[in-house]
Amino acid sequence: MKGFLNKLPEQAIRVIVVFLVLAAGVFVIRQFIIPPEMKEPTLQKLSSMEREADKEVKYAGAQACGPCHEKQHDIKKTGYHRDLSCESCHGAAQKHADNPTDVKPTSPQKRDYCSYCHTYNSSRPTGFPQINPDTHNPRKPCITCHDPHNPKPPQTPRSCTACHAQIERTKAASYHALLGCTVCHSTPEKHKLSPRTVTPTKPDTREFCGKCHDKASPGKGVPAVDMNAHGEKYVCWQCHYPHMLGGI
Amino acid sequence: MDRRDFLKNVCLFISSGAFVGGLSPEVWAKMIHKDYDPAKHYYGMGIDIDRCIGCGRCMQACKTENDVPDVPYYFRTWVERYVIKTDRSVTVKTISTSLEDPADTFVEKDMLRSFFVPKLCNQCDHPPCVQVCPVGATFKTDDGVILVDEKRCIGCRYCIQACPYGARYLHPKTRVADKCTFCYHRLVRGLLPACVEVCPKQARVFGDMKSIASPLGRFTRMNKTHVLKPSLNTDPKVYYANLDGEVN
Repeated sequence: MKGFLNKLPEQAIRVIVVFLVLAAGVFVIRQFIIPPEMKEPTLQKLSSMEREADKEVKYAGAQACGPCHEKQHDIKKTGYHRDLSCESCHGAAQKHADNPTDVKPTSPQKRDYCSYCHTYNSSRPTGFPQINPDTHNPRKPCITCHDPHNPKPPQTPRSCTACHAQIERTKAASYHALLGCTVCHSTPEKHKLSPRTVTPTKPDTREFCGKCHDKASPGKGVPAVDMNAHGEKYVCWQCHYPHMLGGI
Repeated sequence: MDRRDFLKNVCLFISSGAFVGGLSPEVWAKMIHKDYDPAKHYYGMGIDIDRCIGCGRCMQACKTENDVPDVPYYFRTWVERYVIKTDRSVTVKTISTSLEDPADTFVEKDMLRSFFVPKLCNQCDHPPCVQVCPVGATFKTDDGVILVDEKRCIGCRYCIQACPYGARYLHPKTRVADKCTFCYHRLVRGLLPACVEVCPKQARVFGDMKSIASPLGRFTRMNKTHVLKPSLNTDPKVYYANLDGEVN
């Protein structure tokens, strides 16, 4: 072995040494300096997931508030806002949960916060309580009349419009504009207090519409049809929407 | 170092450094967060269109929780307002999170029907964004969430182009692709995503598809559900109930 090395010219040995140093350098860099997650896709995924999992939580979650704010929690539990998470109105509160005395969550006092949900919008589902902020006690903060934790109306609504704004608006432009809601829907008084469990009636017979729209009835200037020949097997509202513009 | 060791190391060098440092993928998976095991979960979301009131609280909460730039046009989740007129024309507009830019709140003339559609990354089972990424920076986790490795992403925008749902954007500060992660950092801690947490009408339902007793299990059992653009075979894991055919 030694004899073989001696036989090699010096420049060859130098080249070999340089090569060995380079190889050792590459080996050290690859094995010890490049982190394993850059070499193996599975580990790359996992290290990325780890970084993602380490991010800061800002919303504490629905379970966090109850233990300390028992009073508000119990009031809210029974009201219309029972399904609302505290942080929907009070904002992200993880910092407050970690340090209750120094960091306080926000508490919206002004009119505009409530209107995110309760301003009338024709795309909102019917039956969702909506108001027109321009006509509904302008400039008065909502919380003077409504307790946000249990937002009952201060007095029972006098008119149907309070909740059924969309129907009221379409009806106002229809031929039925002058008819009150109670002409067709008989409404138990209790509907105002528990709107979802006690519901008003809807006309369920052809004869009900026939009271005005049958040829035989004495109505004046009302479009009338022969109830026996017209759309016999259908109830009227299956084709005609009574609240609709133009009453088609 | 003798000859045997040298050869062994050369072999290791040529193969990969996957197990260097004693970190096998299984061990690493345990380090993501305490005793959280990604393989035990598979997440999905349900959205009930009939419940959405278009208040935009989910959009705001998402921006707060995930440090999404607080200007319009950067969203991880957003809500579209659909207005379909009697001539069947469809108008779609992303709603604003601020009240200074109010949605048109009156009954639009000739409106046939109107509703809100919350949108977010569909966390597809066959994600086109993962396929096109040239550097493998975006990937699917074992719990079914599509994540972006911020350190590996080169900001080439291929994935933004490839996403059929427009769910990705280029973060103006980090200059890498950003998207909904189902709030991955909250999931590992057993919390709900921020948008689900604050939704006042429970229009968003979140759950584990591996568990029959999760809220999502009930949602998919009780509703007729639909996904967006099913013809693309992306297999989204965001399920919509009461979705209109005009939505795409």
